[in-house]
Amino acid sequence: MSLDYVKFSNGFEKFMPKEYRDMVEHGPFGKKISVSQMGSFKEVLEEHPMCAGCAMTLFIRLAMIAFPNPEDTITVGTAGCGRLAISQAAIPFVYGNYGDQNGVASGLSRGLRLRFGDKPKDVVVMAGDGGTADIGFQQVLHSWFRKERFTTIMLDNEVYGNTGGQESGMTNRGAVLKMAPLGKKFEKMDMVQMAKVAGCAYVATVVPNNPRRVESVIKKAVLIAREVGSTYIQAYTSCNIEYAIPTDKVMEDAKTVENDRYAFSEYISDEAKQYLTERYGYKEFLPKPAAPAAAIPGKA
Amino acid sequence: MSEALESEQKTNPQGDPITSVAAPKADAKKDPHAEAKRQKIVTPEYMFHEAPRTKEFITGSEAAKEAVRRSSVDLAIAYPITPQSETMQLIGVLYGEGYVKEYYRGEEEVGVMAAIAGGSRAGVRCFTATAGPGTLRGLEGIASWPGHRLPVVAMFTCRVVNAPLAIQPDNIEVSYLINSGMIVFHAENQQDMFDFIMAGFTISEKNDVTLPVGVCCDGFFVTHARGYVRMQDRGLRLPPREAWRGAVPVLDAENPPARLSRDAPVQKSNFMAYNIHAVWQQEVWAAVERSRKYINKYMGGLLTAENVEGADALIIASGSAAAQSREAVRLCKEKGLNVGLIKVRSLRPFPTKELRELCGKAKLIVVPEFNYVGWLAKEVATAIYGFSKAKIIGGPRVYGGQSMPVELIVDEVESGLTGKKSTNVAMSQIMGGTVNPDEVAHFMRSI
Repeated sequence: MSLDYVKFSNGFEKFMPKEYRDMVEHGPFGKKISVSQMGSFKEVLEEHPMCAGCAMTLFIRLAMIAFPNPEDTITVGTAGCGRLAISQAAIPFVYGNYGDQNGVASGLSRGLRLRFGDKPKDVVVMAGDGGTADIGFQQVLHSWFRKERFTTIMLDNEVYGNTGGQESGMTNRGAVLKMAPLGKKFEKMDMVQMAKVAGCAYVATVVPNNPRRVESVIKKAVLIAREVGSTYIQAYTSCNIEYAIPTDKVMEDAKTVENDRYAFSEYISDEAKQYLTERYGYKEFLPKPAAPAAAIPGKA
Repeated sequence: MSEALESEQKTNPQGDPITSVAAPKADAKKDPHAEAKRQKIVTPEYMFHEAPRTKEFITGSEAAKEAVRRSSVDLAIAYPITPQSETMQLIGVLYGEGYVKEYYRGEEEVGVMAAIAGGSRAGVRCFTATAGPGTLRGLEGIASWPGHRLPVVAMFTCRVVNAPLAIQPDNIEVSYLINSGMIVFHAENQQDMFDFIMAGFTISEKNDVTLPVGVCCDGFFVTHARGYVRMQDRGLRLPPREAWRGAVPVLDAENPPARLSRDAPVQKSNFMAYNIHAVWQQEVWAAVERSRKYINKYMGGLLTAENVEGADALIIASGSAAAQSREAVRLCKEKGLNVGLIKVRSLRPFPTKELRELCGKAKLIVVPEFNYVGWLAKEVATAIYGFSKAKIIGGPRVYGGQSMPVELIVDEVESGLTGKKSTNVAMSQIMGGTVNPDEVAHFMRSI
């Protein structure tokens, strides 16, 4: 049904703007696409007002390509750089109030379930480190404790980028930023650990310089959130402006940070493993013939 | 009543089955939702104007519960309310009984108001209730509902919000709610609570309205006290929300989204951004205006007027102040004073036209209120300025949890009419076209 609104009404095709025609004819709606095909299809997010070299924008593009059903996905965000790009995508975006994204997503996903039952309507929250770990912290944590069935993605640039470079809870200790004139005095918040403690069914950390991996974790997170529970992805999406990273060194920086504090990690609950395996044919969680079952963590 | 039945029903410490907060016990043979499933959908016209009603003696919170039972509510989100009233826990019972489809206890009011906004965007009918400090805590979200054009009904059981801390009635929170762009009703009693909530759902979802409705009452006086409420059969309910009907599309990925949701940079600093924001606000307030016809149709008017023609003085009041004023009118009559009463039911939209007509010949208007700042007196004075030469006494006022002795209101009517010394209203609160300082010298010089 929702695909109808990205189709042309009879006779109107030739009057539609080229951008729109490209989206209908070469867009991802109702098709299976992959990041490896980038450049050969129309992405839901192309034009945006983000800074040159912004790693966050690359990550958002990859995430949107990875959405399993972009035509039935609604994104939710809050103030920050990310929403400047997210709001330009060809999928609905809720921009509510400051830090309320996980509260909005709780009501939205429950309401959509009431109306559409088992038909997937994927709700994906994408907010910055300030929106997620500072101002939205309470609603984020409570949505996880309640096991709300939507995905939370933190676009972690380790700074308040949109407001001009102030310290956030996700800033590293010692970093000198606005509002941290003597350097940040406490550690980067461990939101990954908190997500696990709060009962998320899937938690992953990624950097944007491995598109296939970004695609893989986003897909899993969105699928698991359909039925199993909350999922959380924390992505390092550097701010090349506030951290003065030369535009051509942004990917290099991502690699350095990956090695320093953003190594790929993935936690998946047993229930989520079983769900992905049985419902979506994932093979990676099947017991490997060579290894005894006891070697799988949590299956002792 | 048999012993077994009693122990089954009386689950709360007070042992009162009506206010029991537990959902009915599961009985394998009996579907706990059976009664809810049997409810029949009727038109709002039938529900409000024709359906037979029976009278029950219940609290305001119970009246709210009974209104929600008959309103096809999809999603209710509860917080124990800062401070507490029973309303949202009673809605939990409706969830257990299947009258409300989805329900949960939120983390606090900021989260609750955000989630209500999410639910309304999903296209389902949403209800919540809060009070005083809870209202202000959730206000960033609440104040954004009108701009997002979200049909919602929220109940505000007004309480003290300022220091020193108190949990008593005081309706100062209304002074911002009426300026937020939402439709605001003020319930005098349990019956109003019941009627206004049900009418609220119907009005908020009208295509040319598509706005949240706030139903206010003065906490404790209405929520915790009992009154007679005439209610339609509980086997009837209003038609459910039709998500496609709103003026702004819901966010269900079934329809192209509204540009408002797409274009976050509306707040950027350029002429088009200012212009977009300005016209959007104009449209919100135009929608408030368009709700008048539905308030007239489903609630019988934005105000009620009693004994106005030929009265020596008029009392204009809303909420619990209207109840006290009705008694003051009776006392005045005993003293030989012919006083009329105008009860304002809808604060937004405000009954400006009605007041201009009713107050045209008035000599004296007394506006008693349950707050310090006197928001209603200012509204009345603004509405009738140039249309009435009446002297307006902005008071008496009680606040911080006091109830209002009716004698205070009678005193002000007498002060205004006879020059009897007023001990409760400051000179600065005397307004009107013909006020002469010498003539109001008997009012308090300072407070």
